[in-house]
Amino acid sequence: MSRPEHQAPPEIVYGGDEAAKYTGNSRIAAIQAEMAGRAVELLNLPEGYSGFILDVGCGSGLSGEVLTEEGHEWVGFDIAPAMLEVALENEASGDLFLQDAGQGMAFRPGTFDGCISISVLQWLCNADKSSHHPKARLMRFFSTLYSSLRRGARAIFQFYPENDDQVQLIMGCAVRCGFEGGLVIDYPNSKRAKKFYLCLFAGQEINGVKQQMPTALGEGEEGEPTENGVQYTSKKRNDSRIRSSKRKPSKDKNWVLKKKDQLRAKGDKTASDSKFTARKRRPKF
Amino acid sequence: MLQCHVKGCDANNFPLELQEVVLEQEEAEFNEDFLKNMLGKLEYEALVATSLKLDIHDLPATMPEDAAYNDEFLQILHRVILETHIKSGKMVCPNCQHIYNIRDGIPNMLLAEHEV
Repeated sequence: MSRPEHQAPPEIVYGGDEAAKYTGNSRIAAIQAEMAGRAVELLNLPEGYSGFILDVGCGSGLSGEVLTEEGHEWVGFDIAPAMLEVALENEASGDLFLQDAGQGMAFRPGTFDGCISISVLQWLCNADKSSHHPKARLMRFFSTLYSSLRRGARAIFQFYPENDDQVQLIMGCAVRCGFEGGLVIDYPNSKRAKKFYLCLFAGQEINGVKQQMPTALGEGEEGEPTENGVQYTSKKRNDSRIRSSKRKPSKDKNWVLKKKDQLRAKGDKTASDSKFTARKRRPKF
Repeated sequence: MLQCHVKGCDANNFPLELQEVVLEQEEAEFNEDFLKNMLGKLEYEALVATSLKLDIHDLPATMPEDAAYNDEFLQILHRVILETHIKSGKMVCPNCQHIYNIRDGIPNMLLAEHEV
């Protein structure tokens, strides 16, 4: 799998055309919506509660749509201006900011009831400029996030870690900033459907109920989730083999008979016609 | 809701002062539950002060005691915090004078290297 974070900094990878492509792609949109839905589920907000949610790396507002559907108000920020422009065109319902997560956030303490972030954390592990120190950036991000969350609020990060070291680095930073929680891995036995969700709790609930780690999906033997993503439309395959098998052979029986007649007219020695004429030879055993 | 996040700027950094603002009204669905949940989180004085600067005089100077059940008040609050959008302008930190520009309704919160 190619990793976009290896190509260039996020504001360049998701600049211009790529932003429109990313949002226009129904498969990406479906995956994003599914992950955002799962993240909202993991937020574990009370039924019918209309909260104020932060979307870190909101991009074009794909995950925000899910939040709006669930009845939440949201604020999102992203580092790629092109993605935010697409969000504006799509009339995203949340407020948007141009901001770098690694520089920390400027929100008042206790503002949000929760935070979701889809496919973002791995970007913070990069050092795109000489002044970037992944660990310092992660620390700044988590510490400002911690203060901007209400006590007992959850932050759910879906991310694609490259290796165990990255997971350790991210978790270590989060814990040092005061978060509790851990990693929920959905479908750990499936290569394709495996998804990492980092569930962080900003302190315990005020009423003293210990926060429970959510359970992961598909931890048993059944590896693959039921497919409810994009249904593939039947597309005519441009396969030469399929085409050739459908094509009529140009040298059929009529062609052979015609050729034989021509040879006879010339006076050549020609085998007489029979029911076996122009038939394929079966292989001998 | 925003405060200045320049490094070392941690006193008197709220609320950010708005300048050269172009406002826009946009209708939004009235969500009573959300507003009630927000009541506890709002810095009401800062909100009133900011709206006065933007020539919005609808908000009462102090929050009514029965705010959560006062429909009239919730409607006003809804109009101010959810339907009023800032199209463009500047936000200036009252402490360090850092200017955050707002374009197309998107504030640019990026900092220069030395400010992180």
